[in-house]
Formats: sequence, structure tokens, C-alpha cells
Amino acid sequence: MKWLYLALPLSALAVTASVAAQSQGSQAQRGQQLFTHFCAPCHGQGAGDDRSDMLPGTAALARRYQGAKPAALELRTDLPAPVLTLFVRRGVGPMPAFRPSELSDADVAAIAAYLAQPD
Amino acid sequence: MTIPSGMTEATFADGLAAMRDVVGAEWVFDQPADLNTYRDFYSVFWGEPEERLASAAAAPANVEQVQALVRIANERRIPIYPISTGRNLGYGGSAPVLSGSVVLDLKRMDRVLEVNEDNCSCLVEPGVSFFDMYRHLRESGSKLMMSVPDPGWGSLVGNALDSGGGYTVAGYRGHWEAVCGIEAVMPDGELLRTGMGALPGSETWQQYRLGIGPCLDGLFRQSSLGVVTKMGFWLYPMPESMLSASVSVMRFEDLEELVRIANELEYGNVFNGMPGFSSPVLARENPIVMSMVPEPEVMNAMVAETGLPAWSFASNFYGPERVVREQWAYMQSRFAHIPGVRFAETGFVRLPLTPEDMERIHKPRFGIPSLEIFSVGSRGYGDFNPSDGHIWFSAVIPRSGQGIIAANRVMRAECERLGLDLFMFVPSVTCWTRSFVLFAAVPVYKDATRNRELRDKVREVIATCASHGWGEYRCPPAFMDNVMDAYSFGEHKLRRVNEAIKDALDPNGVLSAGRYGVWPRHLREGRGA
Repeated sequence: MKWLYLALPLSALAVTASVAAQSQGSQAQRGQQLFTHFCAPCHGQGAGDDRSDMLPGTAALARRYQGAKPAALELRTDLPAPVLTLFVRRGVGPMPAFRPSELSDADVAAIAAYLAQPD
Repeated sequence: MTIPSGMTEATFADGLAAMRDVVGAEWVFDQPADLNTYRDFYSVFWGEPEERLASAAAAPANVEQVQALVRIANERRIPIYPISTGRNLGYGGSAPVLSGSVVLDLKRMDRVLEVNEDNCSCLVEPGVSFFDMYRHLRESGSKLMMSVPDPGWGSLVGNALDSGGGYTVAGYRGHWEAVCGIEAVMPDGELLRTGMGALPGSETWQQYRLGIGPCLDGLFRQSSLGVVTKMGFWLYPMPESMLSASVSVMRFEDLEELVRIANELEYGNVFNGMPGFSSPVLARENPIVMSMVPEPEVMNAMVAETGLPAWSFASNFYGPERVVREQWAYMQSRFAHIPGVRFAETGFVRLPLTPEDMERIHKPRFGIPSLEIFSVGSRGYGDFNPSDGHIWFSAVIPRSGQGIIAANRVMRAECERLGLDLFMFVPSVTCWTRSFVLFAAVPVYKDATRNRELRDKVREVIATCASHGWGEYRCPPAFMDNVMDAYSFGEHKLRRVNEAIKDALDPNGVLSAGRYGVWPRHLREGRGA
């Protein structure tokens, strides 16, 4: 496809890049919505209502990482789609796997795109 | 490929091809990576040959597709197993009871079909989770409050069908009690509507539960007789306020009176929220595990030494402020004769809740879904190490002081004798009105040796409880046969009638074989083995 790009004027290249950025942006935006719905109730940054400091998933990761990594997933940028997919599809500890009927592969990729965004 | 026992590969492949024609190829799953997500993540058979595994899964988008899938299965005698959101963790998750079944995954059917503000009711599909419903109510500005169990990712329909419970108001927090109207696809593929839903043109499907003749709602509770595709619920009008209070007594011997009066006040509608009975002196080391109830003089000495109450009754009042304050005042007058009784108002909240309120309340008491219960499984309390999950042991016991003491002592003694770990033990849960349910969370592991021992121990506890007249109201698939066996009156007439109904409505035995100990005729002898 390189010849096609070479044949395009610079302005068209700029438009293409802009569309790609928009697409990534909307994917991350959708990922944020999915994260809020599916992940944040356990892995969010708020306090628990059982007088605990953290939500269960965040607390479990704080215990596991002992400060080596942030416990809240939204503070991480090292969870690309393949890594995230591994945890989502296989489950870990008491967190069960999520089925493709509830979170599609595209949904998981969108969540990864959201998490990959710099804070 | 795993295929159902006794079926040819050709027949099974033909069935899956027909299912793909109905729902689209992308919604039929038969590859190992996808099927792995249908395993019961808290299975006590994890990784063992007995683990109950799906052969495939199909995810329909509407009632017509469910009907078509059921017909395809029935024609070819392919076992199928419907799940709603598949989050019945601790009671089976998204896996079938019979290995080789095709899971009918209803998660895509996630429409809130109606919320009727005047009737205080809703009609939903099985894929609607408590999170979904809460968001729908809030975004639509509803004046209604729902009841939620601890984990909010479950299905309103699935949870009610398995008799789940929440924390709000009597008549609503026992989720099966709040059901009004069911639509189900029967094993022959035809649609049944219960109650007033059977009358074309009726506007009262979510108003009058019974309709005419025998009430058939019960056919679908914990059953293998239909795929529920719609369910109506009654919802509670958002109250003006909620007041929480406690009544504490300082002597072992006051428990009977405490429970007796509390029952009378609840059954007489003097308070409407979920009551709680605890022993502060016996839970001082771990707030969610009641230790063994000692002899009266020992317990009274512990009370004298620590200053902590022997027993405490917590009550909640939902309603207008001036009403709930009067109810609380009246309640205090009813307990005032008990020597040393202590009263405390432990909380008062006006609704709608403020962001500050949200920081300090127990969300499920206000019908707000959360996943915060999982802190007990992922973090543990005290010196308990985090496990890979848990199962619930939940037996119905008498609603009396003696009921609490007997259940506590028998359960603690059995756990000590068997070396059975518990990380939550409350002998007097009251999600369901009129009885207590003894609740115990038993940790499970991804370790066959530990789980094998665990299964043997739980079966012993089931038998011991049955010898006292206590039966589980709900259980994981591994123990469904044992629990149903305990309900043995009339030479197991309950199970035999269930089997007769099963044979009549599902003669090919394709639907949810083995669920709660009811097996189709061709699998009855070996219980699915």
C-alpha cells in the first residue's frame, strides 16, 4: 500500500492521520465506558463500603504488588490487549473469566486502548 | 471436541450447524479458549474428570431464537443448559450440571422492557444485570428502588430463579417473593406466560401474580422445565429516609426474648428493613465469623469482662422520617423490660443519597449494586489467606433464639471435627422473611486434593444438618443430589413428583438435566454419571 500513500498529497496524509487518531480516541472512549461498567466496581480507585480503603480487585493487586506497581488498573499503562485478554478470558484468583457474549474481543481491545492512554 | 454423552459426532455437528443458522456463527462457541470462559470458576471439581464442562455455547438475541434453539436441541436430544448472566458464583457459575451440555447463554437478551412508575414494577429479560437495571432506573429518573444481592453483576431473573436475596424491604429482598409474571420457552419450544400474562390483552401481568388455576411460577424456580425469557418484578417506591438502629442485650438468656419480639415486630410491619442478629462478644475477633456459643455462665462472664453485648438485633426502617422515628420509639418500648438493654440509633439517611452518603453506606441496603463483597474472597479477614473462590453453604433453620444457638453449635462442632475452613459464618441471615438461613462461605482452591477433601466434608455437613431438620435452600451442582436426597419425606415424594413433571414436560430430557437433583428418565439411574 505504500505506493498509495506516496501518491497522496500531504494534506490527505494529514487527514488520514487525523481519522486514525479519532478512531483510536473513540475506541479509548468506548473502552472507558466498558471499564466503568465491567471493571471499575472491583478495580476502581474508590474506597469500599465495608470500611476498607480500596475496592476488592484493587486491594488484591495492592497486596500482590506490594507497591512495585500501581494497584488501580487505570494508573497502569502496561496492559496491552494480549495481556488484558489473558486475564479477562482465563480469570485469576477469585476473578472469574468473562465470556465473549458479555465482553467481545473488540471490547477487551477497547479497554486496553483506554488503559494505554497516558494519565 | 467434547460432545454430549451418547451422541454421535455427526448429530452434534448437525445441531451446532443449525444453531449457527439461527443466531449467526459468531454467537456459537465451541473452541477451547471460548469454552474455558464457561467453566464454573469456583468449581469444587476444578481440573478433575468430574468437572462439569460445556460442549458448546449458543447466545441468542431474542425469544424467537431461544425457541428455535430449544427445538433444535429437542429434535436431536442435545442437552442444553440456560444461564442468564452466568454469575451464580458459589452456586455453579456459568457451567452446566451435566457435562457435555450446550450452554444457552442469555446474556445478549439484556433489555429492560418496561418500568411502570405507577405500578412500581418492571419487566426484564434474563441478561439484564443489577448494574444494568440500576443504571436504567437512575438515567430515567425513576422513583423506584430495586433490591440487589451482594454482587451486582448477577441477573435479576437468574438470581430470582435461584431464590437469591438482598438487603432491603420485606417482600422485595427475597427476590423470588417479588416476582410477578414469567414468560418461559418450554422444552417443546412453545411459549408459556404465567399469571395474568396468559390472558391476551391483560394489563395486569405485573399486578396479580396468580392468574387462574395452579400457580405455575414455581415450575421455573431452581428447575429444569423451561427457559425463562421475561420476568416481572415488583419494585419498592424510593422512601424518604432510612433509619438504622440496634437493640443489644447483656445476657445469654435474653436471646430468645430478643428474637421473639423482633419477629413479632417484623411480621406486624412495625419495621420493614432487613433485621440482623449477631453476638458482638462472640464476633470481637472477626466481625463476619461468629465463634462457638459457649455455656451461659461462660458467655455472661465474657460479657462482664469485655463490656460487649451478648446479643444484638439490628433493624432498619424505610419510610417517611416522622413514621420511622415513631416506629423506632415504639420498638424501644417493646424491649425496655429486658434488664440492661441498650438502644442505639446507628444511622439515619435521607434519600436521594448525596455523594457523601455514598461513601459511608452499605450500598446494597439502598438497592445499589456493587462488587465489594469480593473483598472477603480476595483479601480475607484476620489470618485467613485469600482463596481462589468460595462456595456457599446455606441451610434453612428455625427463626428463634434456640435456632441460632443450635445451628451455631452444630456447625462449629462439625467444622472443628472435620477441619473445615469457613471465612464467613452467620447463622441467622434474614433475606427471606419468616426463617433464618445459616450462611457459611467455604473457600475453594484450584487444587484437586484439597477440593476432594472439601467435598467429602461438605457432604457430611449436609447430612448432619439434615439430621437436625435443616435443609439447604440452594447449593452448588456438586451437592444438588445430596441436598435433594435430604428432603426425603414420603420416600422422596418431592423428588419423585418433580421427576414425573420433568418426564411430562421434557420427555426427551434435554433441559438442565440434573439441576437440583432432578434428572430426566434416561439419566436417572446413574444421576448423569
